[in-house]
Amino acid sequence: MSATHTKMPAEDQQIDAVAIRFAGDSGDGMQLTGGFFTDTSAIVGNDIATFPDFPAEIRAPRGTTYGVSGFQLQFSSSDIHTPGDSVNALVAMNPAALKTNIEDVEPGGIVIVNEDEFTEVNLRKCGYPDAYNPLEDDSLQSSYRIVQVPMSRLTRESLADSGMGAKNIDRCRNMFALGIMYWLYDRPLEPTIQELEKKFNAKGNEAVAEINVKALKAGYYFGENAELFPSRFHIAPATFEPGTYRKIAGNEATAIGFATAAQLAKKRLFYAGYPITPASELLHHLARMKNFGVRTFQAEDEIAAVCAAIGAAFAGDLAMCGTSGPGIALKAEAMGLAVMLELPLVIVDVQRAGPATGMPTKTEQADLLQALYCRPSEAPVIVVAPASPADCFTMAIEAFRLSVRAMCPVIYLSDGYIANGAEPWKLPDIESLEPISITHPTETNNPDGPYLPYMRVEETLSRPWAVPGTAGLEHRVGGLEKQDITGEVSYDPANHEHMVRLRAEKIERLQSVIPPLEVVGPASGEALLLGWGGTQGSITTAANRLRERGHKIANAHLRYLNPFPKNLGDVLQRYDRIIVPEINMGQLRMLLRAKFLIDVIGINRVRGKSFLVNDLVDDVERVLKSDKGAVKQ
Amino acid sequence: MTTAPDTSLPTYKAKDFASDQDVRWCPGCGDYAVLKAVQKALPSMHRKREDFVFVSGIGCAARFPYYMNTYGMHSIHGRAPAFATGIKLANPNLDVWIVSGDGDLLSIGGNHTIHVLRRNVDINIILLNNRIYGLTKGQYSPTSEFGKKTKSTPLGSLDFPLNPLAMVIASGGTFVARCIDIDLKALEKLMLIAEHHRGTSFIEVYQDCNIFNHQAWFYASQKDSRPETTIELEHGKPMIFGAEKDKGLVERDGRIEIVELGNGISEADLLHHDETNRNRAYMLTQLLQPNFPEPMGVLFRDPDEPTYDSLVEDQVKQATEKSGPGDLRTLIEGPSTWTVQGDAVSG
Ligand code: SF4
Repeated sequence: MSATHTKMPAEDQQIDAVAIRFAGDSGDGMQLTGGFFTDTSAIVGNDIATFPDFPAEIRAPRGTTYGVSGFQLQFSSSDIHTPGDSVNALVAMNPAALKTNIEDVEPGGIVIVNEDEFTEVNLRKCGYPDAYNPLEDDSLQSSYRIVQVPMSRLTRESLADSGMGAKNIDRCRNMFALGIMYWLYDRPLEPTIQELEKKFNAKGNEAVAEINVKALKAGYYFGENAELFPSRFHIAPATFEPGTYRKIAGNEATAIGFATAAQLAKKRLFYAGYPITPASELLHHLARMKNFGVRTFQAEDEIAAVCAAIGAAFAGDLAMCGTSGPGIALKAEAMGLAVMLELPLVIVDVQRAGPATGMPTKTEQADLLQALYCRPSEAPVIVVAPASPADCFTMAIEAFRLSVRAMCPVIYLSDGYIANGAEPWKLPDIESLEPISITHPTETNNPDGPYLPYMRVEETLSRPWAVPGTAGLEHRVGGLEKQDITGEVSYDPANHEHMVRLRAEKIERLQSVIPPLEVVGPASGEALLLGWGGTQGSITTAANRLRERGHKIANAHLRYLNPFPKNLGDVLQRYDRIIVPEINMGQLRMLLRAKFLIDVIGINRVRGKSFLVNDLVDDVERVLKSDKGAVKQ
Repeated sequence: MTTAPDTSLPTYKAKDFASDQDVRWCPGCGDYAVLKAVQKALPSMHRKREDFVFVSGIGCAARFPYYMNTYGMHSIHGRAPAFATGIKLANPNLDVWIVSGDGDLLSIGGNHTIHVLRRNVDINIILLNNRIYGLTKGQYSPTSEFGKKTKSTPLGSLDFPLNPLAMVIASGGTFVARCIDIDLKALEKLMLIAEHHRGTSFIEVYQDCNIFNHQAWFYASQKDSRPETTIELEHGKPMIFGAEKDKGLVERDGRIEIVELGNGISEADLLHHDETNRNRAYMLTQLLQPNFPEPMGVLFRDPDEPTYDSLVEDQVKQATEKSGPGDLRTLIEGPSTWTVQGDAVSG
C-alpha cells in the first residue's frame, strides 16, 4: 500500500507505508542520509526496504544529471518486500536531481527542493532549456506539491557562529534536509545524533559531528515552524515476529554468512577477490574479519583470485572468491579445473547489467546461463541464488554445505539490487545453526599401493578431501582427465564418459538434501508465478495483490538452480500457466522449457532495475486474459 | 642459512620422491635432468615428504608434478603462481615449488609471475626455459631470439625476446639464480640454497628441447665453448671467466666491460660479485651472448625482505590480539539491533 498526499490534510495523518527518495549530487551524501533515515525507521519498528541507486562515476562534474545519486526507502507498518514503485516524497538537492527523479514521484507527491541550487548556471548544466526553471513551471507545480526551501542559506545561517569553514558547513545541507524529513514523518533525532557522534568522534572530529547535529536539528525545527506542510505523517510500527532484529544489506549478509559457514565447519575462510562493482564490498567486509581467522587476498586479476582460492581449497581451507559477471567470464577456465579437481569452492557472482562493462551499478539477472554453462565442455557446478538481502546469510551457509558435501564448486548468484538493498533481518539463533561436517582423511584407503584420491563415497559420490601435509596420502591432481578411483591421467574413452556423467550425477544427488520448493497460495489453479534470486520481493508483493483481486494464482521462488528442488516438476504440473518474471530475456524460462517440456510464459525486463510491482501486476493480468500460447497442453 | 637436520625425519632417498608414473618426455629432453636433480636434492632439504607440493601450469615442463611422489597440482596455463599463493596462504608450513616453462610463466602467466615476485610469497620457482613452445609442437616463445623461424613464424619472428631474470629483478624478486640443465651438480646446489631462502626464489634453467629447439643453449652446454660464454658467480669472489681463467669483468662509467688479466690488471681490479646488490644484479642480467659471458649461479639474494605469507599470518594474529577472537554473535548483531516482544516493539 502506498500513501497518497494529493490533498494535504489539515491534521496529522496515520498512514501505512511511505516511499521516499533522497537525490542529489554524488558528493552530497545522499547514501549516508538515506542510511540514517533507514536506521531510524528500523529502530522505531517499521518494516523497511531500501534501494540505493548511485552512478558509476565516483564524482561526476557537480550538477550534471549523470552525477546524481539517489537513495529510495519504503517504510511501513505492514509487511513490505520492495522499496516501493513510486515515490511519495522526493528530496532533490539540485536541479539535476529533480530532473532525473521527478518522473518517479506519484501524482500529487511531495517534492522538497533546495531552491538555492536552482541557479541559472545549474539549470543549464543539467540540460534544462534556456530560460526554463522547473520551479516556475505551472504544470509541474500543479502536478506535485513542490516545497521550495533555501537549504543552503538556512544551513549556513544556522551554522554561522560555528567557526567552521564554508566547505564544512555546506556539507551539512544533507542533514538539514534529513531534519525536515524527520519532522514530516515524525521520527526521533536521537539515533542519528548518536550515529553522527560515533562516526566523527572516532576520528577526533567532534566539531564536525557538532555542526552536523546542529544542521539536523535546524532542519527539524524548520519543518515544525515554517508551516510548509499542513500536517505530518505517522507510520505505526509494523508487526514483526518476536525476536531480535537488525537492518542488513545483501553484501554484508553474504559476508557474514560465509564467515559463519567457516565457523560452523570449524575451518578458516579464504577469500580472494579483485575489485569490481558491485562485489568489492564482500572483500571489504571480510577483510575486517581477520580475528575470525578469515584470510583475504586481493589478487592481481580475476583469474588469479579464483586460482588462489582453488589452491587454498586444495590445501584445506574453506575457499571462495567473489566477483560480478565480467569476472565470472574470466574465471571460467579455472572453474572447469575446480570441477575436475573435485574440490569445494564457492564463487559469488553479484550480477550487474551487461554485457561487457554494461551498467556496473545497475542490477540484472542475466548471468544464470553463464553460471550454468560458461565453462568449456561439460562442467556442471552447483548454482544457488539468495532471494533477498537477509536470505544472503542463509544461502551463503547453504553454498558451502553443498560444496563440501559434493566436493564440487558452487556459484552463488546475488545481484546488485539485493546486494545494496537493505531490509530488517530477524537474527538467527546461532546455537540452532547446523554444523557443517568436514573430514580430512588421515589414513590411506589403499594400504597396498598409492593413495586413491578419487575413491568415492557411495551416497554422495564425492571423493575424499585429503590435504597436503598428511603423511601417506601424497597424490597429484590436475586438469587432465582423471581415471576414476586412482586419479591417474587417463585418455580412456569409456572412463571419460563415466567421469562426465559422474560429475553431473554428484550434483543431482544433492536433491535429497535441498528443501522442496514452497508454494504460496492455491496448490493448483490459474497460474504459478515462478521467480528466482533477487526478485522475490516484487514477485511476492505482486502475487499478494493479484490474489486480493481474486486471481487463483500461486507464487514460488527458486533459490536452488542446480540442482532444482526435487518437487519442481510436480509443482509445474499443477497450474494452467507458468509465468516466469526475470530481469533478463528469459533464461530460467528456457531452462524450464528444455527440462520439463512445458510451456512457460516470460515477463522480461532488462532496465537495470528490479520489477515495479504495478508493472508486474499489469503484465500478469494481461497474460491471464490472453489465451495465446498461454495454456498448458 | 642452513637448518640443523631434524632427526625425527625419515631418511629419504631420491627414489622416494619418484612417483609410479612413467615419465613421458621425449628422449634427450632437458627436463629429465632437472627432474633427477630435484629428486636428488629433496632428501637433503630436511622436510617431510608430505609437506612438499609441486605446482605447474601447462606445457611439457608442467607435467613435472605427475612424476613426483609428493602432493602436486598440474593446473591451467600460466596460473601456477596464483595456485601456489593460495596453497601457501592456506598452509604456510607447506614447501611449495613451481616448475613450468617459458611460455607458461612468461607469456600467458607473465602477470602472475610478476605479482608473486613482488609479494615475495615464500615459494620456489623453477623456470624451464627452452625458448620454444614444445607441447604445441614448436611455435616461437617469449624468450625466442628475434628472427626465429618456426611453424608460426615461417619468415622469422618479429618479437624481441623477454629477458626473464631482468623481469624478475624488476618485479622485486628476492632470490634470482640461473643454471643449465646439464650441470646437475649446480642445479642441485641452487635448489638447496633456494629452499633455504625465505621468499620467492626464482631459478632459470637453460633447458634443451631436444625436438623443437635442439641446441638453443649449445654455446652454454658444450665443454669447449662454455668457459667463454658463461661466467660462474660466487659471492665475494672476483668475476673471472675463460678457459684459461684469463678474462674478467670490470665496471667503468656504470657499464660492465670485459678485460684481460695481466698487463697490470689483477684479480683485485675486477668486479667482486656481491649478491646483495640489486642494481648490480640487474646489470648482470644484461650480460648476454654473443658480447658477454652469461652469469650462472646466484645473481641476487635478499634474505631480509619479509614474506607475504608471514605478513598475512602476522596481521591475523595482531587483529586477533587487538579485538579478541571473533565472536559470531557480535558479528551477526552488527552495530545496532532492536527487539520485538509479542507484537510490540521496544528499542
Ligand atoms: S617437446 Fe621438447 S620440451 Fe617437450 S618433452 Fe619433447 S624435448 Fe622436452
